[in-house]
Amino acid sequence: MSTKENSRVEAHTSEALIHLDRVSKIYPGTEQPAVDDLTLDVPEGEILILVGPSGCGKSTTLRLINRTIEPTSGRIIFEGEDVTDVNPDHLRRRIGYVIQQIGLFPHRTIAENIGTVPQLLGWDKSRISARVDELLEMVGMEPEIYRDRYPKELSGGQAQRVGVARALGADPDVLLMDEPFGAIDPITRDRLQNEFLRLQAELRKTIVFVTHDIDEAIKMGDRIAILRAESHIAQLDTPERILAQPADEFVEDFLGGGATLKGLNLRRVGEIELGRLPVIEPTTPRDQAISLLRSSPDDDFLLLLDGEGRPSRWIDEANLNDPSTPLERAGLTVMVRVEPEDTLADALEYMLQSAHGGACVVDARGRYQGVIRLETIMREINAMQEAARRHAAELRAQEEQS
Amino acid sequence: MESLSSWFEFMGDRADDIVSLTLQHARYVALVALAAIITAVGVGILVRHRPVGREIALGVAAVFLTIPSLALFVLFIPIVGLGFWPTFIALYMYALLPILRNTVTGLNEVSPAVLESAKGMGMGRAQRLWRVELPLAWPVIIAGIRVSVLMTTGIAAIATLVAGGGLGDFIKNTVNRYPLPTSVESVWTGTVFTVLLALAFDALIALVRRVTTPAGIR
Repeated sequence: MSTKENSRVEAHTSEALIHLDRVSKIYPGTEQPAVDDLTLDVPEGEILILVGPSGCGKSTTLRLINRTIEPTSGRIIFEGEDVTDVNPDHLRRRIGYVIQQIGLFPHRTIAENIGTVPQLLGWDKSRISARVDELLEMVGMEPEIYRDRYPKELSGGQAQRVGVARALGADPDVLLMDEPFGAIDPITRDRLQNEFLRLQAELRKTIVFVTHDIDEAIKMGDRIAILRAESHIAQLDTPERILAQPADEFVEDFLGGGATLKGLNLRRVGEIELGRLPVIEPTTPRDQAISLLRSSPDDDFLLLLDGEGRPSRWIDEANLNDPSTPLERAGLTVMVRVEPEDTLADALEYMLQSAHGGACVVDARGRYQGVIRLETIMREINAMQEAARRHAAELRAQEEQS
Repeated sequence: MESLSSWFEFMGDRADDIVSLTLQHARYVALVALAAIITAVGVGILVRHRPVGREIALGVAAVFLTIPSLALFVLFIPIVGLGFWPTFIALYMYALLPILRNTVTGLNEVSPAVLESAKGMGMGRAQRLWRVELPLAWPVIIAGIRVSVLMTTGIAAIATLVAGGGLGDFIKNTVNRYPLPTSVESVWTGTVFTVLLALAFDALIALVRRVTTPAGIR
């Protein structure tokens, strides 16, 4: 490597954990590059999303980082070190890797799967098993139950949790994720995304995340790189700024219609002020419940919580006046719960499904936190549109000045 | 055969021969299986990512299997003489195809996602082979071994024609002596003990399969 390249490398290591330097990939037997002259920084502790239409080279780009695909030219700098020519197996053990099909080892227990990289690194047995239990807890699966099970005994969502735990096995600084939630039903996907964001808030890993779903990109990304053919970067920015100011027609087309709806992906339920509902417990006397309901004229329903403080049933006045049915079986079951990590877009969708015009917000243990109403979301939309107009105006003013 | 009792009488008289010929027969099958497993699994591993090599290897093993068994035993007499070696070589050539074909199939059926994640976590080529590919292909490979062993147990009866011994001796005895007394008893003895030996091998392989197949893919 020449001195000139060395100095460029050092210039990037201060803030970027991963630096791709003019990387290209041309597959043998093809003329068109899959990735053409890509230079990209991935800053420490952020989720960088690579998003683009299929065939744009986003997965290839991801695989260039851990060299499961070897670049044709260019350099890969990882934690300040040029890793383009080091032993790829050693490099990969320092980088967590999650793929859409997960690829758990069917012949190994969950514990053995999660312990794969620690075992390759030669950790001793007690350290590995302690780490496995820690990771299972972290992804919300009880170690006593799941440790000795096999992948075939897991649901799709559980398998993906184990996939994430396995990638975190040796506590790598970096995770590469290729459509990790792509093959999972929408509701489970939502939950997994929320869990993952909760986890990331603690772990602050550096993550490169590939998806073709712009809504997922907006929800998950600290920054988004929108890629066009040959992995050319069309725009790289925060989701807010990409939505407010698409760089060109390609980005606009890719964002598609419904920018307002997409903007709802940026706001999380936990960030806004929740509404209150009249709440009762199974032990609340009926006359007290009736007067509670009458004292809040905006509400047609009471919310019944179970013994653990979790929303259980919607109860109206007619239910309260019918003592033949115990409260635990009266009214309607609470079908829909949203979590603080859900986006407003998620919440809106749940509300439309439930037709209540409101949805219960619960914490990670399922306990009642408050309610989010359709009017609240409308207010947020207005505020966001206002902010976007201001932001666009500022950008225009900046451009005119320079 | 006069009656069942005359057959039992024959077996009583020839008990020593039955034991020694069964053991000799079993020894052929076991040695051939061992050699064929080493070769066929080894070749299967080498050609698993090479379509041309794979077709050549499978083609050659298939040609071996189409040579008439009688000819295959006799063909090698000019080179290695009579007795053990022409028997071993002929059986070995027959035993290869089922194991080779199942090894190739088993290795090819390993999910690409599993291999990709193994590679992505930093497993080297040898680690992927020993810790992922072979364990996952193993149930298919052992199914091939089973077919191969059952087949060689039956065909090993031809060894008697090249002075190789085994339970075939009882069968050839009938051909030479029919219709003299006890000639029919002799062919039944050879046949029944060959079948019993095959069943014993089958049970043994089923047991090995149970013990060696990882619980997660059983």
